[in-house]
Amino acid sequence: MNQNLFTSFNVPVILGIPLVVLIILFPITLIMPSNKLINNRLSSLQQWLVQLTLKQMMMVHTNKGRTWSLMLLALISFIALNNLLGLTPYAFTPTTQLSMNLGMAIPLWAATVFMGLRFKTKASLAHFLPQGTPVPLIPMLIIIETISLFIQPMALAVRLTANITAGHLLMHLLGDTALTLMSIYMSSSTITIIIIILLITLELGVALIQAYVFTLLVSLYLHDNS
Amino acid sequence: MASVVGIFSHSSLSVPLKDKKLLEVKLGELPSWILMRDFSPSGIVGAFRRGYYRYYNKYINVKKGSIAGITMVLACYVVFNYTFSYKELKHERRRKYH
Repeated sequence: MNQNLFTSFNVPVILGIPLVVLIILFPITLIMPSNKLINNRLSSLQQWLVQLTLKQMMMVHTNKGRTWSLMLLALISFIALNNLLGLTPYAFTPTTQLSMNLGMAIPLWAATVFMGLRFKTKASLAHFLPQGTPVPLIPMLIIIETISLFIQPMALAVRLTANITAGHLLMHLLGDTALTLMSIYMSSSTITIIIIILLITLELGVALIQAYVFTLLVSLYLHDNS
Repeated sequence: MASVVGIFSHSSLSVPLKDKKLLEVKLGELPSWILMRDFSPSGIVGAFRRGYYRYYNKYINVKKGSIAGITMVLACYVVFNYTFSYKELKHERRRKYH
């Protein structure tokens, strides 16, 4: 039994040296760009996935928004790889730390807002007031839209953190349950193990989906403002 | 980097120590061989690069790379994380009295 259920979310530090830097840099070693036309299997697979996601994501944007392609692609692959690697045993997932997710969400959101305010000032300010609202409601609606604008980066960061943390925590709890039940009731232990297997498949899905959602929302904010 | 073979096997005509590979160094020469290696930052980075490309070219950059190439990397990652969190994991063993 853990002394504390949250010890797996401690940032790994060895002798004061932050090991977490190595863990965040590890996914880079898995991606190897190449100059050839026909690559080895791993590179071809990565290339195919990149083309698929890029086409899907950047179709809706104008030419100005498409300058963000590299950024959004790097974002989705970073989040997806980190989430997937965190599902391996004993691994530390950097995206469970709110600090990192805030560090990703706030600059990207702020960049879209400033871009909108600078290049299309009237249109981006017009987003605050939906069409056809009754005149007496206008002041209240402006306040509500401003609050919803400022909540966007918080929501982005907290959504990612909470989803990944909750999934990991649930797996830890069910694993402990299955282990202790094994000596008492074998049948409920097997049921718990089946639940854990289902949860692992769910987690694989969630890892990818969260990356997608994060990136999609950033691209949506970009579309509004470009 | 080949050692000289044939009738000239006298030690004064053999390859200098600096250029020998690790498996060709004799045990008595090991400390001096280690001290002669390049430990500057660019030397260490070069060593990591060579190691990375050696693994990459052997297991991944081949015509029919299999899943074993990346599975070995993930297995090493698991072992790495286990060793660095051993201190907390020690308390999770199944024992009667913790």
